[in-house]
Amino acid sequence: MMNLRAARATRGCRALPVVLLALVLAACERPPNEVAQQGFRGTGMLEVVNPRLREEALAGITIPDPLPPVPPSGTTAGEVYQNVQVLGDLDLAEFTRFMVAITEWVSPEEGCNYCHNPADLADDNIYTKIVSRRMIEMTRHINAAWTDHVGATGVTCYTCHQGEIVPAEMWWAADPGSRRTRGLTAGTAGQNLPAVNAGLTSLPADPFTPYLLGNTDIRVHTMQALPDGTPLPATKQTEETYALMMHISDALGVNCTYCHNSQHFASWEGNSPNRVTAWHAINMTRALNTEYLEPLATELPPERRGPSGDAPKANCTTCHRGLNKPLNGANMLQYHPELIGND
Amino acid sequence: MSMLSFERKYRIRGGTLIGGDLFDFWAGPFYVGFFGVTTIFFAVLGTALIIYGAAIGPTWNIWQINIAPPDVSYGLALAPLSEGGLWQIITICALGAFVSWALREVEICRKLGMGLHVPFAFSVAIFAYFTLVVIRPVLMGAWGHGFPYGILSHLDWVSNVGYQYLHFHYNPAHMIAVTFFFTTTLALAMHGSVILAATNPGEGQTVKGAEHENCFFRDSIGYSIGALGIHRLGLFLALAAVFFSAVCIVISGPFWTRGWPEWWNWWLELPIW
Repeated sequence: MMNLRAARATRGCRALPVVLLALVLAACERPPNEVAQQGFRGTGMLEVVNPRLREEALAGITIPDPLPPVPPSGTTAGEVYQNVQVLGDLDLAEFTRFMVAITEWVSPEEGCNYCHNPADLADDNIYTKIVSRRMIEMTRHINAAWTDHVGATGVTCYTCHQGEIVPAEMWWAADPGSRRTRGLTAGTAGQNLPAVNAGLTSLPADPFTPYLLGNTDIRVHTMQALPDGTPLPATKQTEETYALMMHISDALGVNCTYCHNSQHFASWEGNSPNRVTAWHAINMTRALNTEYLEPLATELPPERRGPSGDAPKANCTTCHRGLNKPLNGANMLQYHPELIGND
Repeated sequence: MSMLSFERKYRIRGGTLIGGDLFDFWAGPFYVGFFGVTTIFFAVLGTALIIYGAAIGPTWNIWQINIAPPDVSYGLALAPLSEGGLWQIITICALGAFVSWALREVEICRKLGMGLHVPFAFSVAIFAYFTLVVIRPVLMGAWGHGFPYGILSHLDWVSNVGYQYLHFHYNPAHMIAVTFFFTTTLALAMHGSVILAATNPGEGQTVKGAEHENCFFRDSIGYSIGALGIHRLGLFLALAAVFFSAVCIVISGPFWTRGWPEWWNWWLELPIW
C-alpha cells in the first residue's frame, strides 16, 4: 500500500516538469517566422514577424469598397445648402457622395441623424456636427501638411473610426484622484503597475501627456562620455521616454530595431528610414492633439470626456492598431480627393 | 616548459578514439593526438581566414575588425566569401576546433582512466555557441541570424537582438541564466575563500582541513554542502548558467517574436486576480 502510494507520488513528481514545460511552451510561439533585414548584415537590425499573428491582426480590419464615382452636378454644395463651412466649394454630387461615405465610415448604424437634425440639416446644435466638421478639417490638414508621415496613402475618417462613432483606441489623461497608498510612497510617478500603454512593462502608464500633448524633450541620451556638471535627464525621464517607445512598438506591432540601431540611440546614422517617418508621426500626433482634439473638450458632453474632463485624444494605436501601416496600407484617400486640404 | 618529476609516469599510450597509435605522442608538455592535429588545423585555418577578412575589410583597428554573417536574403545557402561566406567557413572552423579540443580532452581522460566531466563541461559551452550560430539561424531560416565575429560588432549585435524583443531582461530563460551566473560566482567566491581561510590560519597556527571548512558553514548558515558537494554544485551552477543562456537566445525569434515584457501577460491573465 505504502509502496503503491510512493510509486504514485514518484510518478506525480516526474509528471510535474512535463506539465511545467507544457505550460511554458503554451505561452510561446512556434517557427517558422518571417524576417525583414533593416540594416547591414550582422548588425541584428532585423524585424521578426510571426505570420500567424499578423494574419490575426489583419483579420481584425475590413476595408470598405469605394463608393462608385458620380457625374458632376454643376453646382457646389455651398450654393445649395446653408452653413457649409468646410467643403462648400465641392461639387454637390461629390459632397453628397462624401456624406454617404462618412456615414458608412463613422456612424453606419446611427445614420445621418447622428450628426444632423433631420428637420434642419444646417442646425449646429448637435455637438457631433461640430466635432465632425472639425474632424473633416483635421483630416484635410493631415493629408495636406503631414505627407512626411502619411505619404500618398493619406488618411480618411475610416483610418481611425473603422465603422465606430468613437475610434476604438483613444487616450485620456489618467484620473488624478487615483492613489493606492498614502504618505511618502503615495507618488508612484505613474509607474510600477503593468502599463497597458507601455507594452505591459512597469514603466510610466501615461507616456502621452508629456510627449503627445506636451512638448517634453524625448531625447534623454547623453552626448558625452563623462559627466561634466551639466544637469542630465534623470532616470525618471528616461523611463518616460522608454514608455513612449514601448507604446509605439506595441501600436505598430514592431520591435525597437524597426527604427533604431541601438548602437547609439542619439545618432541617426545606421538607423532605418522608418525612424524619420516615426519622428514626423510624433510631431503630427502632438499637433493634432493640441490643435484639433483637446480643444474639443468644451464641445463634448461629460460621457465623452475623460476622468479629468479632457477630450479623447490620438496616439499611435488610434490609426495603427498593431500594424506598421494602418489598414495594412490600403489607400482609401484616392477615392476621396476632397479630403486633401490646402495647407 | 619544465616538467614535474611525477609527470612522465602518466604518459600512457592508448585510449585514443580514432587512428590507433597515429599522433599518440607528446610535444613538450602537450599531448598531441589526432584531435590535437585537427584542432591546430581548424584553429590556424579559421584564424587565417579572420586575418584575410580583416585584410579585405575597411580597417585593421583590432576593435573594429568585423566578420559579418551573410544577408538574411541568402537564407541557409552559401554566400560569396566577401559577403558572409568567410563567416560561414570560419564558423565551421570554430566548431571543428572546439569539438576537436573536446575530443582531445576525452582521449586524455581515457588515458588517465578518469571520468569525462571536463569534456562534458566544455561540450556545454560548445553547445551554447552551436545554438547561437547554427540551431537558432536554422530555426529562423537564415545564416544571417548568426552573430558577427568582431570585438565591438558582436556587442552591437547583442544589443540590437536584445532590442528586437524590446527588453531582454524580461526573457524568463535570461532571468534564470543570469541568476545562475551570479550564483556561480557566489559559490566560487565562498568555496575559494573558505579554502584559503583554512590553509592560511595565521602566524603560528596549524593549517585547518575539511572539518573546519564544514564547521564554518554549519555555524554561519546551518549547512555545509561538503568537500565533494561544493564541486558538484559549482559544476551544476556553471553548466546551468550556460544551458539557460542557450535557451534564452534560441527562444527569442523562433519561439517568441514579440516583446519579452508581453510574454508575462500569462501572469496577468491568471484567474487568481
